[in-house]
Amino acid sequence: MYAQMVETGSKGVRDLESMSDQERAFQERVDADIKIEAKNWMPEAYRKTLIRQISQHAHSEIVGMLPEGNWVTRAPSLKRKLQLMAKIQDEAGHGLYLYSAMETLGADRDEEVQKMHEGKAKYSSIFNYPTLNWADMGTIGWLVDGAAIVNQVPLQRTSYGPYARAMIRVCKEESFHQRQGYEILLHMMTHGNEAQKAMVQDSINRFWWPVLMMFGPSDANSPNSAQSMAWKIKRHSNDELRQRFIDQTIPQLQILGCTVPDPDLKYNEETGHWEFGDIEWSEFYEVLKGNGPCNKERVAQRKKAIDEGAWVREAAVAYAKKKQQRNAA
Amino acid sequence: MADWTLFEVFVRSKHGLNHKHVGSVHAADAEMAIENARELYTRRSEGVSIWVVPSTAITATASDEKEALFDPADDKVYRHASFYELPDEVGHM
Amino acid sequence: MTRYDDLTELLLQLGDSAMVQAQRLCELVGGAPALEEEVALMNVGLDLVGQARNWLEYAAERINDGRTADDLVFLRDSSDYCNLLLVELPNGDFGVTIAKQFLFDSWHYAMLQSLSGSSDERIAAVATKSFKEVTYHLRRSSEWVKRLGDGTDESHQRMQAAIDQVWHYSFEFSMPTEHLAALEAEGVFPAASTVHERWSETVKAVLSEATLTQPEAAARNYLSGREGLHTESLGYILAEMQFLPRAYPDANW
Repeated sequence: MYAQMVETGSKGVRDLESMSDQERAFQERVDADIKIEAKNWMPEAYRKTLIRQISQHAHSEIVGMLPEGNWVTRAPSLKRKLQLMAKIQDEAGHGLYLYSAMETLGADRDEEVQKMHEGKAKYSSIFNYPTLNWADMGTIGWLVDGAAIVNQVPLQRTSYGPYARAMIRVCKEESFHQRQGYEILLHMMTHGNEAQKAMVQDSINRFWWPVLMMFGPSDANSPNSAQSMAWKIKRHSNDELRQRFIDQTIPQLQILGCTVPDPDLKYNEETGHWEFGDIEWSEFYEVLKGNGPCNKERVAQRKKAIDEGAWVREAAVAYAKKKQQRNAA
Repeated sequence: MADWTLFEVFVRSKHGLNHKHVGSVHAADAEMAIENARELYTRRSEGVSIWVVPSTAITATASDEKEALFDPADDKVYRHASFYELPDEVGHM
Repeated sequence: MTRYDDLTELLLQLGDSAMVQAQRLCELVGGAPALEEEVALMNVGLDLVGQARNWLEYAAERINDGRTADDLVFLRDSSDYCNLLLVELPNGDFGVTIAKQFLFDSWHYAMLQSLSGSSDERIAAVATKSFKEVTYHLRRSSEWVKRLGDGTDESHQRMQAAIDQVWHYSFEFSMPTEHLAALEAEGVFPAASTVHERWSETVKAVLSEATLTQPEAAARNYLSGREGLHTESLGYILAEMQFLPRAYPDANW
């Protein structure tokens, strides 16, 4: 999930009776699955929560380019290079679609990006892990994008119109990302040598638990979930999405002929679900606090790009003004 | 930092269809907005024509005007072809 | 150093130049001065890798020693690479990146314009498709040269410094005519002898509009991308780009 632990500023969900007329009309509209649009009245907390959630989602797309950018110069064939370049480009594009949706709420992109650079705004914890071998490009596509898709598919029906429409576009374009990732791994497992197979297993070992953490803490520890669900900017609980992801992923893992580093993983015939071991949440909270393996490098790299690009953006504005004056003269 | 302007982007997907709003881009001027929109919104050959408009130049209806502006059209069924019943012999009209 | 016939060398020059330019663009992921520019730079990169593949597939067929386009990209050493020296130079600041891109695009445009009319159908087809893409590349990079050249005082200074820095390598754009005379006569490379002149006209017009000073014609030296005599940069580019196929020679990716 690209948006984790989004603060809603609310301690509990209020019932319709205790709301003002405006709030009630808004909630009834949401309950009736009528989209909220930019010009509609909305509670301030809804607007702020959405800005936090959409910007976090957008930051994740942008920071998510970096672990892949680490290998795009070393892609092992022309085909793989083209696929990876196209995927990274889509991520920049998806970040932009999302910022665009966020700006309809009156937020300013540059200000929100600035918050991320100052460590005040989050992005998905997963991008603070390093990419250490080529198989990581496959694992990111298969597991990381796979987890993101499980989250994003329901968000196509989210209550805020511009966000829902951005999600529809993102989901449509992203359909190839997970497949290309899985195909990288499958090809290495079926056509590769022993070293390549070892790379795949090593990659899955490193990414498995951090990917499960992408869905956020257990429902019991998600104080903001209820309000977000009532507003329909979150449509399923963290645990529900995590279980859905695991159930769909394990059969794919078996086809690869790989394992995950979880001795407790087993199929429950009665429930039809895969049961898994305890997630090490202290690691998740440490990464969120900025103490993951790559937090500092990732933020520094984004900040450097924007800071060093300042003279370029200023020049473009100065040139545009000169041109306007010349045309007016 | 010198801020770029927010432009709304409209793309015509095929000849003969209307331009449709697809999102926005940041750019220093309209020419750059066209280029940025081309890169962002037509990566998969979605468009044959692009319009860009500074976001501030758009005037929109406010939500509280909805009833006054749009509800009156609801009862004007005579504007719709299906309102008029013709005998089957007349055929397609 | 293996040398081929003039046509094959031309294909290698086109393919290798596109490939190395794209590789430098890949280095910029996450480092562009604006998010919109990330998407744009990668669009150019994708076009160029596609073009490189088309040219090198044809070159591989002509060389006909069992190697594929991928083998040519990932398993040749720098002395066998025929790319322009300009494209292997480091990216530098965005001014240098744009200066390189613009000088390359304007040369590329003139080359492909000619090759679109080639009597060799395959060359004509690849060139015609590539020409459309490069027409847009040139439009974009020209716009940036103008924006930076005629933007702020700082950007003007940086852009002028960038042009001055990389201009040195433009001597390669006037290719030795003995290689091209036969191709031109056969109709494989129509108007080959005017490429330099047309390149020069584009550059002159854009630099002038950008209020930039065009340096003196660059002096030739003994380096020559076409002959495999490269700058020190290319070895590092290849070391990175070719790492996996070199480290795991029997791997299948």
